[in-house]
Amino acid sequence: MAIPQVSSTTSSAFSGSALRGDFPIFGQPTGSGKRLVFLDAAASAPKPQVVIDAVADMYSHHYANVHRGIYELSEDATNRFEGARRKVAAFLGAPSEREIVFVRNATEAINLVAYSWGRTNVHAGDRVLTTQLEHHANIVPWQQLTREVGATLDYVALTDDGLLDMDDLRAKLAAGPRLLAIAQVSNALGTINPIREIVEMAHAAGALVLVDAAQSAPHMPIDIAELGCDFLAISGHKMLGPSGIGALWGRRELLDAMPPFMTGGSMIIRVTLDGAEWNEVPAKFEAGTPAIAEAVGLGAAIDYLNALGMDGVREHERFLFEQAWAALGAIPGVRRLGPDDPAIHAGVISFVLDEAHPHDVATIFDAEGVAVRAGHHCAQPVMQRYDVPATTRASFYVYNDTDDVEALATAVRTTQRIFGG
Amino acid sequence: MDNLYRDFILEHYRNPHNKGVLDPHDLHFADSNPTCGDEMSMTLRVADDHISDVAFDGRGCAISQASASILTDELRGKSLDEIREMDPKQLLEEIGVPIGPARLKCALLSYKVLQGAVHGGAVAWPEEADEVR
Repeated sequence: MAIPQVSSTTSSAFSGSALRGDFPIFGQPTGSGKRLVFLDAAASAPKPQVVIDAVADMYSHHYANVHRGIYELSEDATNRFEGARRKVAAFLGAPSEREIVFVRNATEAINLVAYSWGRTNVHAGDRVLTTQLEHHANIVPWQQLTREVGATLDYVALTDDGLLDMDDLRAKLAAGPRLLAIAQVSNALGTINPIREIVEMAHAAGALVLVDAAQSAPHMPIDIAELGCDFLAISGHKMLGPSGIGALWGRRELLDAMPPFMTGGSMIIRVTLDGAEWNEVPAKFEAGTPAIAEAVGLGAAIDYLNALGMDGVREHERFLFEQAWAALGAIPGVRRLGPDDPAIHAGVISFVLDEAHPHDVATIFDAEGVAVRAGHHCAQPVMQRYDVPATTRASFYVYNDTDDVEALATAVRTTQRIFGG
Repeated sequence: MDNLYRDFILEHYRNPHNKGVLDPHDLHFADSNPTCGDEMSMTLRVADDHISDVAFDGRGCAISQASASILTDELRGKSLDEIREMDPKQLLEEIGVPIGPARLKCALLSYKVLQGAVHGGAVAWPEEADEVR
């Protein structure tokens, strides 16, 4: 198989197929009786046994509410919950774990910023900037904010190759937005944005930068100190962790100055019938009992990823991307979206077939045991930009291997045979 | 699989009946499938409260296109009341292939668009389209 690309990786950092034994979901047959070929990590990732065990162990042996009880079990639970916060901070290269706010997912993290920072700092006549590449979670909260306060929302355009149009970014930054909200990796196209360079440009223009890292943090090393951004959002479920837990990182001085998002217990210092005083960050943003065992499970997922090494994870997915990009490119009638260059394309491939609609593709793939996403990937503006109603998306993670790439190519050919007519 | 994509479904997909836009028309409605964003529109001509002609338009998957092709074939001569009382189960039976829960909206989009047209506004998905029973 010819790989026409620049510096192509020739091998992977580890064996993906060997890791499948760590994930119980791969130990059971699919409805079709075939091996599960899971190519939908970009939607949500399977869980390794160590994560499932960490959650079960927490509920079985260490569970009580956190930050409340003056008894051993509660102190144990608090230590484990706060230990998970330290793991998230270290994983992201955050200066302090006090800047890590636990939320449900990246969507909630972005909403927290849009409501709390946004409604305090964005006023009538102001501008907010996002891009045409975003997941709906990084579009709709800004549409709501700007509509509510009478501000303007601008979108950075995309090039035909699926890249951000840097000239358009420069022009839109010149209009002086208060904030740029941007994904590090596009969930729909796989494009990796040059965040460090973009942050420098935005800061020079006086804009803060929120990075949606939901699609990058699971797949490549993240260093907030190096990126230089102001807010960063992640989802635990996309990085082998439980659903219902995610994190917002924010600069301490920004978090300190922001009003609470949700209010209630544990986010206060003192409540009287006349009002309340807010607790310090991150407690100020964590009203009510949090997802305790899920946070501990996220910590276990981070341990698992760290043991593989995030450089190795990225190398592994780059290897699989190159194999799959070439394999799909070699099949006539397949149109691949997004950049060719593996250095700026994560392990996510969106494609369309001439003959068959993505829904039909996914149904036929399913009968082959191949799980892919078909649809607009919560990124309808991307679909509109490239004039496709929907795409089929294959996304890779640590447990994938070249046998999965072969299964993908075979499933495409099967689909074409059924629809070829 | 060959069950779902039987020849007559693919035949309707490749050569759909009643595809296009009627101009002029008496009724028009468009709606979309939230799962994939596919949009479908329907235009109808009505004489004496009966359908005299119908066409559908839009791009979509084989299931949604075949379903619209099959459904529109049956509308001419029917009264508006008859159409309002159509049972979506009947359309699913006529499509005649086993459709999994994730694809029911594809199969019933044409029904929903038709009902929107004869009711003069969007109608809810029929419960036959529920993914969870």
